[in-house]
Amino acid sequence: MTYKSFTGGIPLVDSKLVDSKLATRGAAVEPCPIPDQLIIPMSQHIGVPAQPIVTVGDLVLKGQTIAQAGAFISVPIHATTSGRVIAVEPRLHSLGKDLLAVVIEADGEDRWDPDLTELKSAQWTPDTLRQRIREAGIVGMGGACFPTHVKLAPADNKPIETLLINGSECEPFLTADHRLMLEQAEKVVDGIDILRQALAVKQVIVGIEANKKDAIARMKQLVVGRDIAVKILAVKYPQGAEQVLVDALLERQVPSGGLPMDLGVVIHNVATAAAVSDAVRFGHPLIERVVTVSGPGITTAKNLLVRIGTPMQKLVDFCDGPRGEISKIIMGGVMTGQSQISLEAPVIYGTLALLLFGANDLPQQDAGPCIRCGRCVAVCPLHLLPATIADYAMLGRFDMAQAYHVMDCMECGCCTYLCPAFRPLVQTLRYAKAGILAQQGRS
Amino acid sequence: MLTAVLGLGQIGLVAAIALGWAAKKFAVDVDERETKIRAILPGANCGGCGFPSCSSYASAVSAGTAPINLCRSGGSAVVENIAHIMRMKVETSTAQIAVVLCQGDDRKATLKYHYLGLHDCNAANQIAGGPKLCPSGCLGLGSCVAVCAFSAIAITAHGLAVVNRERCTGCGKCVAICPRHVIRLAPATATIHVLCNSHDKGGVVRTYCKVGCIGCGLCRKAVPSAYVLDRFLAHIDYSHAALAVLAADAIAICPNQCIVDFTKNYPDDRLLHPLPAIPDRPALVTDDEKAQR
Repeated sequence: MTYKSFTGGIPLVDSKLVDSKLATRGAAVEPCPIPDQLIIPMSQHIGVPAQPIVTVGDLVLKGQTIAQAGAFISVPIHATTSGRVIAVEPRLHSLGKDLLAVVIEADGEDRWDPDLTELKSAQWTPDTLRQRIREAGIVGMGGACFPTHVKLAPADNKPIETLLINGSECEPFLTADHRLMLEQAEKVVDGIDILRQALAVKQVIVGIEANKKDAIARMKQLVVGRDIAVKILAVKYPQGAEQVLVDALLERQVPSGGLPMDLGVVIHNVATAAAVSDAVRFGHPLIERVVTVSGPGITTAKNLLVRIGTPMQKLVDFCDGPRGEISKIIMGGVMTGQSQISLEAPVIYGTLALLLFGANDLPQQDAGPCIRCGRCVAVCPLHLLPATIADYAMLGRFDMAQAYHVMDCMECGCCTYLCPAFRPLVQTLRYAKAGILAQQGRS
Repeated sequence: MLTAVLGLGQIGLVAAIALGWAAKKFAVDVDERETKIRAILPGANCGGCGFPSCSSYASAVSAGTAPINLCRSGGSAVVENIAHIMRMKVETSTAQIAVVLCQGDDRKATLKYHYLGLHDCNAANQIAGGPKLCPSGCLGLGSCVAVCAFSAIAITAHGLAVVNRERCTGCGKCVAICPRHVIRLAPATATIHVLCNSHDKGGVVRTYCKVGCIGCGLCRKAVPSAYVLDRFLAHIDYSHAALAVLAADAIAICPNQCIVDFTKNYPDDRLLHPLPAIPDRPALVTDDEKAQR
């Protein structure tokens, strides 16, 4: 059987990295204990940071709003347990810097805010649903954390025809979405229904990678009679990226500099759909997520349901601590995640996983000169020329890098992964992007 | 035979008249001052004046659209010569050279993380605010070395940029490229500097650097005329050259040894890699020399 796919990318079949999912794919999601102190950063999503509305000493309930959205592309942030606010100050963020956060001392009772209620299906209109999703602070749970309500508010001249649901989870080690589709499939399908009504679209396609046979079977079973198609995707990284998913499932190309919205397509993650269901059915805002704790450096790899703001150290402790000496901590997947400088930083919306590696798990090699093999070009899922762009970036020719469409790069990391000269291509392209944005800011 | 001679002669005559007319008609007026200025300028095309090359700066000066004192690399001699050519007066300005205001190399400053990426300070600074805990110290990856047209900056064996005071012409390229603004231009005559760039409070500075300025103000108490204290960071008041000499009296007082006299063998020569040779540049040939050849 041929699966839906795209050109480029790294086929993970027969690769060491596929086995990386074995450690946790069979592990049921366990709730991680709530720590004494929760550090909730104000900038967890793409867009303007939220503005705190609580002060030190305030008592808060689980689900209560503690920060207002800073702009349209921003979301409010909620207390993730009940307790007392003990600080509103910069704390270490997973980006490696101190950023404003609200610190809550848990009272151990974990009481819900009684004002949170269901949105009755009689009241469902695209506007009320969008409003509810925004109030619940829901952002894309696939890692980029783009506010969901913005993706539900299409421009008038771009009618949305297709809703794609992303269940591919193509990165090595991650099994959070896989477990969610198995254990909470009803909630996911309910969320898809709500998203479909909020967008008023007919066509809905769920894409799941072929290595999740059990999840595919479960989803197929549940969508019967709901006019939702479940399509099987080839096991290939980065199958779950928006542009790539549109290419694989619809055989259409997102224009350079454009968004899937320009083609009348909107994409949401399965975890986002589950969060939407919670927000509409129970009024529960986004306060927790499933995190895969894995990697060769952890004693017991697990899938955990973690409250936002839990320091990463707590997750490691709950998984029986590190195995051996740890030399690298990655928050998120190995391809697109963020290296951490310490385990003090808290879990945020975009924490797909916490991966620990020892010194011998990561062979390191100094970067050499480009040998012009062209592998980065062959593998780029967006058909860019990474080596050429990197050369221009290093010469300071950001104008030429832009002419070669560096701004379209989604930083999937395929080029860097395959480069036989070990060049840090993604970092160079990122450097060019930052340079171009700085130049645009000046002019 | 005769026909051939006459024929060729006629062609030659017509061509000569045509060329003569064309030379008059399409003559480009070259300001002779431009040629002279171009010959005087150093020819390194360092860009310190803000023009892409020495030659474009020369034409801007001769056209009167650029001031005559922009060539910092050439120093006062070049400015005086240009002034003479342009029949203008020289406004005296002191020569400036670059100073790296940091001593926190890998033995003295604490690292935030082990950096493995692109060998470029600006790229490293984008990752979690740079691999050093100090938010304003030298990263030692050599972006300044790469832009210096005069091979006047080197990175020590312990990862710190150091300016060679003889070679530096004060063009300011390194100042512009440094993501942490740790390189400044200071008068060439000033040899005593406070080598720190951190405006953090003393307690914070102590957590990440053994030689950072903690803003205690002892230097300012000892020699009030030579030191300025600005947001927990002391620096020399360069505006009074005569007073700056007095700054030496505070060197021994500084608890963190931030104040350094460059005349006293700084930095330790053993730490410096030999500076790269200055690349050969073709000498500019003046019109007079061309005529002689």
